[in-house]
Amino acid sequence: MSRFAEKNTCISGIGQSAINKVPKEFPFELAVTASLAAIADAGLRPEDIDGVSTWPTTDTGVGQGSGAASVADMVASLGLSIKWHSTGSMAAQLSPIMNAVSAIAAGYCSHVLCWRALGERTVDSYASAAAKHGGSPELRPAGFMEYMLPYWAMSAATWCAVHASTHMHRFCVTREQMSAIPINQRRNAAFNEKAIYRDPLTLDAYMSARTVATPFTIFDCDVPCDGATAVVVSRIDSAPDLRHRPIVIESIGAGTGDRLDTWLARSDYPRMAMHDAARNMWDRTDLTPKDVDTAHLYDGFTYLTLFWLEALGFCEEGESGQFVEGGERISLAGELPLNTNGGQLSEGRMHGFGHLHEACLQLRGEAGERQVDNVRVSVVGNGGGSLGGAALLRNA
Amino acid sequence: MNRYFWCGGEDGRLRILRCADCGWYIHPYAARCTRCRGPNISPQPVSGRGKVVGFTINHQVWVTDVPVPYVIALVELAEQSNLRLMTNMPSCSPEEVAMDMAVEVYFEQQDEAFIPLFRPLRDDT
Repeated sequence: MSRFAEKNTCISGIGQSAINKVPKEFPFELAVTASLAAIADAGLRPEDIDGVSTWPTTDTGVGQGSGAASVADMVASLGLSIKWHSTGSMAAQLSPIMNAVSAIAAGYCSHVLCWRALGERTVDSYASAAAKHGGSPELRPAGFMEYMLPYWAMSAATWCAVHASTHMHRFCVTREQMSAIPINQRRNAAFNEKAIYRDPLTLDAYMSARTVATPFTIFDCDVPCDGATAVVVSRIDSAPDLRHRPIVIESIGAGTGDRLDTWLARSDYPRMAMHDAARNMWDRTDLTPKDVDTAHLYDGFTYLTLFWLEALGFCEEGESGQFVEGGERISLAGELPLNTNGGQLSEGRMHGFGHLHEACLQLRGEAGERQVDNVRVSVVGNGGGSLGGAALLRNA
Repeated sequence: MNRYFWCGGEDGRLRILRCADCGWYIHPYAARCTRCRGPNISPQPVSGRGKVVGFTINHQVWVTDVPVPYVIALVELAEQSNLRLMTNMPSCSPEEVAMDMAVEVYFEQQDEAFIPLFRPLRDDT
């Protein structure tokens, strides 16, 4: 047994619902669909699941919004009998996985169902919700938002844009260089039937697109959607009973920056929590960036992907613009295929679990027309700001 | 926890928590010094001067009655390199705002609150 607990665990099953730009099914239904698919994919039955883990979550009985499936709702609807559950946020969108690893290591459970369900098209859009509540004198924002809302910095788009502006200025990164991220991903999305946007994106269209918050246009921002992804994390020694060759969690790390309550007090601004998560992940493995065959890096905004490339050591700090320039290196045939499913910019905002699901498909060789040859090791980087999580996955 | 910050500008001075033992500025609020863990922290006036270390020109309409575009800037206060405030610079057009621009605080009263805003530092001050 490895002293690093994640190496004694594996991803045994994966499942994903449809991804809807226009609401079709109630988001909670999508979460149930994805979860049942993941359990069946593992070769397990719902009664084999003895732990559940998700983040973020909504209140019980809601079933929509940005965390569309609560633990209590899922336990009821799937008829589970669990010994452990968690909604902790430590490793951003990879928190459910890291928490599951910890619980399996502690012996609380053997097969943990993890999910991420989005129902962002089924409720008020962020903008209309902000319009409704933003100007209200009753609104007393707390935490980080307390220092953002008075300045109409309503969205993470504006916070990421500010970080990007500093990095661009310091390292002379250009929007032409940034364009490689969404253009490459749209090219990949052509091979992903679930992706919301699949038509090619041209440099001209990117450069002339409507500005959201400089330097971001609409093509730098991911696409809200309804959809759900689930994975089962299992004890590695249950592998003989599983349907698929397991995907080993080689290492996993969480963002542990200077402060968790603000993005802005880091001594190394404009770095974000992905730098801590990446360091913590690499500290737990003998593998190096050179061993990585595909990368699945958070793209809520294009610039977060650039930050991830630097944080994980695929290039030096400040060189991510040059690294992706032209897009060849990060293409399906390139030296580091990146966000092979189209990512959140094209597939839809599956909030990190889309990246996790795609990494598993690539490792299994089940990514269809977008399959990269001979994938043995994949990295998933999720989050930014004050929360981050990174996981290195490999074939057993 | 936050009254000193949002209401402390009535006399035109920006207030930030400071550790009396080691001199460290702490923002946002924490119950102990985030550097030396000392308990002797209290709101203290700062110069209100700093520089723009990042900014965005926001074009998206997040709130219907707030006209766009507007400047959202990140100001690093002169006192300490990781002491940074997100802010608006209403007196500065989107074309004028620039990286490293020297700025100073001023306040806009909203009921009992005095919202810290920043403007380019005048040459004669």
